[in-house]
Formats: sequence, structure tokens, C-alpha cells
Amino acid sequence: MAQLQPRHHNLHLPGVTLPGHRFAIGPETPLRLDCGVSLSRLDIAYQTYGQLNADRSNAILVCHALSGDQFVMERHPVTGREGWWENMVGPGLTLDTDRYFVICANVVGGCMGTTGPSDIDPATGKPYGLTFPLITIADMVRAQKLLIDHLGIESLFCVTGGSMGGMQALQWAVSYPERVFTCVPIATAARHSAQNIAFHEVGRQAIMADPDWCGGDYLAHDKRPRRGLAVARMAAHITYLSEATLHRKFGRNLQDRREVAYGFDADFQVESYLRHQGSAFVERFDANSYLYITRAMDYFDLASEHGGMLANAFRGTKSRFCVISFTSDWLFPTTQSREVVHALNAVAANVSFVEIATDKGHDAFLLDVPEFFATFSGFLNGAAEHRGVK
Amino acid sequence: MDGNAVTRPSTIRVDLQLVADMVTARSRVLDVGCGDGALLDYLVHFKQVDGRGVELSQAGVNACVRHGLPVIQGDADTDLKDYPSDAFDYVILSQTLQATRDPRIVLRHLVRIGQRAIVSFSNFGFWRVRWHLAWHGRMPVAEAPGLYWYDTPNIHPCTITDFVDLCRELDIAIESGLALDRRGRTRRLNSPGFFANLFGEQAVFLLRRP
Repeated sequence: MAQLQPRHHNLHLPGVTLPGHRFAIGPETPLRLDCGVSLSRLDIAYQTYGQLNADRSNAILVCHALSGDQFVMERHPVTGREGWWENMVGPGLTLDTDRYFVICANVVGGCMGTTGPSDIDPATGKPYGLTFPLITIADMVRAQKLLIDHLGIESLFCVTGGSMGGMQALQWAVSYPERVFTCVPIATAARHSAQNIAFHEVGRQAIMADPDWCGGDYLAHDKRPRRGLAVARMAAHITYLSEATLHRKFGRNLQDRREVAYGFDADFQVESYLRHQGSAFVERFDANSYLYITRAMDYFDLASEHGGMLANAFRGTKSRFCVISFTSDWLFPTTQSREVVHALNAVAANVSFVEIATDKGHDAFLLDVPEFFATFSGFLNGAAEHRGVK
Repeated sequence: MDGNAVTRPSTIRVDLQLVADMVTARSRVLDVGCGDGALLDYLVHFKQVDGRGVELSQAGVNACVRHGLPVIQGDADTDLKDYPSDAFDYVILSQTLQATRDPRIVLRHLVRIGQRAIVSFSNFGFWRVRWHLAWHGRMPVAEAPGLYWYDTPNIHPCTITDFVDLCRELDIAIESGLALDRRGRTRRLNSPGFFANLFGEQAVFLLRRP
């Protein structure tokens, strides 16, 4: 497979070549988007781990969250940090790469190799910027389906992901039910709540209020809305944690000082932490991608295309579902997972549902939560036994 | 992790075995109040049923899902209404009826969701229970030591006679019934009467809509 060339003008990463695979979709199979526009050229950057077995029955598609990417279980080529699901995916782990073939692709609209607003529009020779069409979760899944076709996989053993990844997993089960043997949506919902849309709007406004955003055309001006994107990330990061986590990690501890400085420096450790989160994010994420992807989440409402009845979205499904939520997740609370479970029950689908007790908030799906791993493994083992995956 | 290495006993508690015996192989089964999944696991692996479970306790649910059983956290009193009619061949309510808030609504849902329902419960008319109440003048502590009248989840215990009366009132047909005595012997409850209600410690009924 071809090596990815760095195409990220906005990230200014000279010498960084993104490792992994690239699947190029040409004008012969345009991707028709929900907004009505077709993308005639689309690159999908993806990673695979493990081996596809002879009957191609062991493939697991991992869908990444808003700020994630395809580097699931390896050192990130840009940040140098470990993969975002390194405690979940790997030899002997829950998504056991000795047993399963794990695929993860950067979403459409992203900024880690898959075509997004920071890429060059072939029609104009300039970066798309805000001329990039609006995308939806269903569009992301359409693109992934083209990739899965390309890989010759008839039926995915499992589609899974947390948060926005869970939305994609649910969308897969609705759009291509016959291609999904098991679906494991984690810490997610069948529609984005008003509260979550509100948080996203704060983030977008922060980006757009940054003069360096330049009406979305910052690449042409050789600028980047660093401050705006950092603030967006800081606000969002709070929603991924819980009060208990913040209290345990930081309390009211002061940063490198014995008493408050009567100023607006980062007196408190929690401020310093958030500032770090913001500035680190800017180094690896494109501001316009952030606008597009948050919008895709806002638009997500699985029931809306089925007469407002979520159950209708799943009618006739043969997939096995395992819905997982976390007690302290206030961004995607258990009630929202339960709505999915109720809809699946209403069509007598094969569904498991667990709520994992943890105080780690929404981010629990990325963290070391043994009960979560045990439950997920058990579910997969049961399904593997049923499907005859060794 | 090798979840296939889970040891699976080929025998289950005798009252669960009675329930299992009433289930046709390869049928669709919903076990309401499935606990740690012992019965469901047996049915899935030894009778090849397409089985699902509902369990109130999160610990029970997690144990089930860890063992590969499709189980959701839910409440018999509030969640059965979400299931479509005739979705299952059998809906099982094993040792759970007495813990429901409204046994009548639950029973109606059972025979609506399933072609048949299997209900098992401890008979409050069992002579030892009667003796305990008559002699000691105290509420029996039957189900587990330490569960006194004020902390037992079993808020609606009933006798075999009570249950048969309720089925009649709800217009639910009893296809068959078994009483299990203290030595594990079973007695058919063709006409559940005085003796069954006195000597049956456990009862299992196969029900359907009329």
C-alpha cells in the first residue's frame, strides 16, 4: 500500500510522513453526501492491526471519536504519544490482534490523512476551507463502507467506538445491518443532545472569534486560529471528565506557587492542565476539521430518518449489540444509551447493555477500567463462539 | 484473554432444571430476572435456544455479559412494556414474581411477549412457612439468611392457591404446573389443591394466553 504523503499545509509538519495505508476513491465512484454534494476525489487514511483470516470473518472496525484518528495502538506520528486505544487493542487485549483484524480509518472531514477541509480542492488548486461540503456521521460511514468493500470484507465481525465512534457504530448497524455481525456502541447516543450541541457551539464560536481564523481561509493567509482552537479544546475537555476526576487530579492545588498571585496567570493546577490540553491539541488538529466534525455530531439523529421512531431504524436487525455506558459520564449519560437499548428491545433485537461504575467521566472509554474490558471481552468471546471465529 | 475457558456446569439448581425442561430446544427465550445467568447459560448451551436476559442488578448483568450472554440491565416492572408482542416463544420469570411491584401487570406482559410464559416461585403456603409463622409468630426468613421482613426484596410472596386464583382472574391459562417438595420430588399440579399448596416448597407453571 502507498505511503501517505504529508499534505497538511496547516499543520506545518515538514519531514513527517504519516505511516499507514491510503485508499484513494476517484471520480468513477463519487461519494454522495447527505448535503447533496458529491466528493469526486477522496483519500481515506487507515491503519490495520492483526491478520485477516482466510474466511474474512474476524475484521473489527474501530471508529474514532471527535479528536481521535487512525493511530489506535502505535506511537502517534505527530505527537509521539501512545495510541489512543492502546489499552484496548493489541495482542492478548480485549480487541486481541492475535485473533482479530482491526481496522481504523480517519473520518471524512478529518485532518490526519483522510480528505478534509485542510486539503487541496482539485477543482481550484486551493485548500477547501469552508468550501468543503458539510458532512454527517452517515457520510463518514459511507466512506468507511467503501473502504471495507475495497478490503474485500463482506461482513464485519464487530463495529465499535466510543462517543462519536459509537455514533458511527450505530449508523453502521442502521445503514448496513447485513454487514455488521456485532455492534458495540460505547458512551454514545442515537442523537446529539441539546446540551452537547450547545457545548460544540461554544467551541466553534471560540474558533470563529479568533481573528487568525480569517473567515475559514487561514491557510491562504498562512495563519492558524491557535487561540480559538485551544479554547474550544479546553471547554470540550472539561465535558470529558467528571467533577470527581478533576477533584482527585487537581483539587484546588496551586501550580508552582505557594499562594495565589492575584492575577490571571494559571494559579491553579487545573488551569495549567487545561491550557496544556489546549495548546497540545492545536499541534495536531485542524480548526476547520473541528468545525466540520462537531457539526456532523450535532446533526446526528438516527430516529429522524425513521419517522422519529428510533426502533424503526433497527427493525429486522440480526446484529448483536452490546451497549456500554459509564455512571459518571454526563456528556453521554446512561439514559441516552438506555434509549438505544429500549429501541432495540422494541424490535426484539439481540442486545446486551451494561453500565460500568466509574468516576472517570466520559473519557472512561479511553482509560483503564477493568470491568469495562472484562465485559467487552466476554461479549466478543460469546459472539466469536457463535460465529466460529477461533 | 480466553473467555472460551469458562467452566460450564452441566447441572443446574433443581428448580431451574424444572423450568429448563419446559423449554423446547432451539426456541426463542427471554429470561426476566436472570440473575447471574445460570439458567440462561444452560438453555443457550444445552438447549441451543436464542436466549436473552433482563436483570435488575448491575452485578448480575455484568456477570452475564462477561460470559457472553445477551443480557440488559432492566426492571420487570417498568421495562417489559417495551417488548413487542409474540417476540419470544417463552418468557421465563424464575423466582422473581414475588419481587415485582405489580405482579398482575408483569404476568400480563409475560403472556403477551411470549407464546408461553414459565413462572416459578417459592410457595408461601408450604407447611414449614405456615409452621414458622404459626409457631414462632414471626415472618419466615425463607429465601436467604439475614433477609428480614424489612429488607427483603420479596414484597409480594404468594401461595400456589393464590397464584392459581390470580391466573384465573387474569384469564391466563395454566398449561401445566409442577410442585417441588423438600426432597426435590416433583408432583404434577393438574388440579392444584390443598396438598400441593401444603407440601410444595417450589412451584413452576407453564402459562399461555387463553
